[in-house]
Amino acid sequence: MTALSAPAPAAPPAETAPRRAPSLEALGMTKVFGGLVALDDVSLAVPAGTVHALLGENGAGKSTLVKCIMGFYRQDRGDVLLDGTATAIRSPRDAQGAGIGMVYQHFTLVPSLTAAENLVVARADAPSVIDWAAEKAKLAEFMARMPFQVPLDIPVADLSAGEKQKLEILKLLALDQRFLILDEPTSVLTPDEADEVLGLLGAMARRGEFTVLMITHKFREVSAYADDVTVLRRGKRAGGGATAALSVEDMSRLMIGETTIRERAARAPVGEGTVLELAGLFADNPDGSRAFAEISLKVKGGEIVGIAGVSGNGQSALVEALAGQRPLADGRIFIRDEPFEPTRENYHKYKVFGLPEEPLKNAAVPRMSVAENIAFRSFDRPPIASLGWWLSPGPMREKARDLIARYRVKTPSPDTPIEHLSGGNVQRAILARELSGDVDVLVVANPCFGLDFASVSEIRSQILEARNRGAAVLLVSEDLDEILELADRVAVMSEGKIAYVAPVGETDRNTIGKHMAGHGAGHAAAGGQR
Amino acid sequence: MAETAAAIPKSAPRARAAGPRLGPAAEVVCIVALALIASAILFSLFLLVIGASPITFFQLVWLGGFGTAFSFQNTLQRAAPLILTGLAFAIPARIGLTMIGAEGALVIGGFASAAIAIPLVTSGAPPVLTLAIMASAAMIAGGLWTALAGWLRHARGVNETISSLLLTYIAIAIMFFFVEGALRDPGSANRPSTLPIGRETMIGDIPGTSVHWGLLVGIALAGALWVLMSRTTFGFAARLTGGNPRAALAQGLPVGTLIVACAAIAGACAGLAGFFEVAAVHGQANAALVAGYGFTGILVAFLARQNPLAVVPVAILFGALAAAGGLVQRRMDLPDASVLVLQGIIFVVLLASETLYGRAKIFRPAEEGR
Ligand SMILES: Nc1ncnc2c1ncn2[C@@H]1O[C@H](COP(=O)(O)OP(=O)(O)OP(=O)(O)O)[C@@H](O)[C@H]1O
Ligand SMILES: [Mg+2]
Repeated sequence: MTALSAPAPAAPPAETAPRRAPSLEALGMTKVFGGLVALDDVSLAVPAGTVHALLGENGAGKSTLVKCIMGFYRQDRGDVLLDGTATAIRSPRDAQGAGIGMVYQHFTLVPSLTAAENLVVARADAPSVIDWAAEKAKLAEFMARMPFQVPLDIPVADLSAGEKQKLEILKLLALDQRFLILDEPTSVLTPDEADEVLGLLGAMARRGEFTVLMITHKFREVSAYADDVTVLRRGKRAGGGATAALSVEDMSRLMIGETTIRERAARAPVGEGTVLELAGLFADNPDGSRAFAEISLKVKGGEIVGIAGVSGNGQSALVEALAGQRPLADGRIFIRDEPFEPTRENYHKYKVFGLPEEPLKNAAVPRMSVAENIAFRSFDRPPIASLGWWLSPGPMREKARDLIARYRVKTPSPDTPIEHLSGGNVQRAILARELSGDVDVLVVANPCFGLDFASVSEIRSQILEARNRGAAVLLVSEDLDEILELADRVAVMSEGKIAYVAPVGETDRNTIGKHMAGHGAGHAAAGGQR
Repeated sequence: MAETAAAIPKSAPRARAAGPRLGPAAEVVCIVALALIASAILFSLFLLVIGASPITFFQLVWLGGFGTAFSFQNTLQRAAPLILTGLAFAIPARIGLTMIGAEGALVIGGFASAAIAIPLVTSGAPPVLTLAIMASAAMIAGGLWTALAGWLRHARGVNETISSLLLTYIAIAIMFFFVEGALRDPGSANRPSTLPIGRETMIGDIPGTSVHWGLLVGIALAGALWVLMSRTTFGFAARLTGGNPRAALAQGLPVGTLIVACAAIAGACAGLAGFFEVAAVHGQANAALVAGYGFTGILVAFLARQNPLAVVPVAILFGALAAAGGLVQRRMDLPDASVLVLQGIIFVVLLASETLYGRAKIFRPAEEGR
């Protein structure tokens, strides 16, 4: 056993005998935020060398539990046992000393540094003067032992989501952490990427190299890769056990109880006229390279056009351009045949709404309250604003309360800073803001990242209902299932261009997949490189 | 949500029984007070090292700042420009700008008001009209000066901290260029100045005191700007932009206009401070305008945590320190700059205290149980 009972971060991990996978137990963990009991007497045990999944709906307390284990929060009650010994972990630094590492729900890499630099500066004992040649040699040797690779020499900002997630995990392994906590590691990965990463992690865990505690919303991953599962519900342990003995129905019942999932509405017929038209759009990246080119698409009222593609093929740039966050180099957007500029007046006039990905980064102000964030669309109109400039907090909170209740946003109060909400509840709050009004054009990007299955179903219903009410919906998603389920037509983006468009009924997963990989007719040579 | 309330167990965990909770405002007050106490202790050590008595020092500061009616009025007199320059840092900070150019805007505003007064005074315009024109000129000149830094930031990506600082040096140079050249009053022999606006035009004191009207104007402006930032759509949009520019763009807000407007408001405040220095204190523009009020204002805004209302008491505190400077110098034989050392210590301790926010449990708001 390594010296873990007294956390001694000073001891450089590399010099001690190679660490083995530890077991971890959390006993009676309780955490209260103000009046909200986020964790109520939760216990869980993770034997050494296993993969343990933590399931639960949005706001159930999963992140809070692992953050307590990491020393990021201090639990009000409860103990953490590492290899059977009670271990006091007061800060993430203590955790690192004890060999516990975590990949957070949001990326924590420094975007402007390269992968190699990120790996080096993450060390608690990083020297103030870094001998890069020696570090690079050490890293190369380390990477050679690793089952998956990430290009080390390009800035992290240029990596795809899958590569970033792999790098986050490599960061932990490079620090010789033997208890890995992964908070929704696959929510930004494609199913194939997820299978690759989880498969490799599972194999390494079974070899006794480390132990994994993983939060996820995907039953498929729990059944395929986890040995055991614990299900949380509203801060309490609802059940769990060996995954072999639990069916998906068992797990979903533990998660949401007898709550019924909202029925999907029937599809109304697609409308007649074109509402949203993208005419030959071009835009560049900050470094001058082309982000996307010649994007032309028409979306009718009451129609969902899904844009599929492997992440990093220009879809997020397109969403940014439509949201006014990135200037167009060329081309025009038309709404009902009138040219559209992304100004506040026009958003209101044409009833254009959007749900960007990573809402905390793109659509919210983390330090402003939930009520204020919900008011972003309406703060300059009656009833919140009178005379056009006077702001009344009363109506603002009233409206927020109403939407919080209608969209079941789990928050201690409307005045809580939105950054304190769980990942899924931030998403819901933004959704409430963008979908509650009269919507004519809706631009949605990966709306279900990080949501539990009940919320996924709920949000997809909401999008479909907006469509049925006549909205033109552009749905950008990396989840092909989502597109096949929701869209009326699918367009594939590859290398910044639209490679393929077809009605959903006249195409199939295989054809779309080929075009996504750049192997469609006439694109034979383009695959692979990105 | 009924679930939330139901989820609270009957036997409340220990943390809940920790007595009454204080709000975030109390947290600010406590942490700032702690920072001030820590600074006082550090400065006492500094005094002990140089062989002076900390007790005498703080007694003299009290005496020189608040001790007598005379010294308190002196304090308020000095607080007036600090309120305005404090606001000049606090307002752009709300939209995410770190503008340290209040000194420049004060100088250019003061100079503009003195310059525009020359033809008015020589032609014998009524004092009220002259003062109104002078004040407008000061606010416009100061506002345009810092708006330039805001515009450079938005349109060209120039760091506003650097550009506002450089603009300060340019402002000072411009004033000296004219004061020592074309606009020099021949009567100002050994201290180059513009033409004095004259006793009859100068702003008098608040009746019954020796404090000029700039103090009340500053307090009123602090209130007005607090309302602007927290109770108007403009302030909301500015806070939104400051908190997350990407979200502001996605909301279609005119980010550039908001940035330039906040920068201009800042310059107008500082310009107004320059106007009062000319119209109420010196009667003319000269080197005395470059008194460091603009830089002390940064400190004031920091201590007030960018809250326009809190700027007022903090400015009075710094006014007292400045007012006591002379007394300390005479009685303790300490250099005038020792008060500046104290200011520097406060600034550093204050920056360090930023890390304390969100640590103490007692400040978590007691969320409403619904
Ligand atoms: N710092 C905080 N202050 C106040 N409340 C908080 C804080 N952190 C979390 N909470 C609350 O605790 C509850 C549990 O949040 P947590 O982040 O653990 O959920 P989660 O299970 O990880 O959900 P998700 O799947 O959406 O990420 C939420 O209702 C959240 O609002
Ligand atoms: Mg979470």
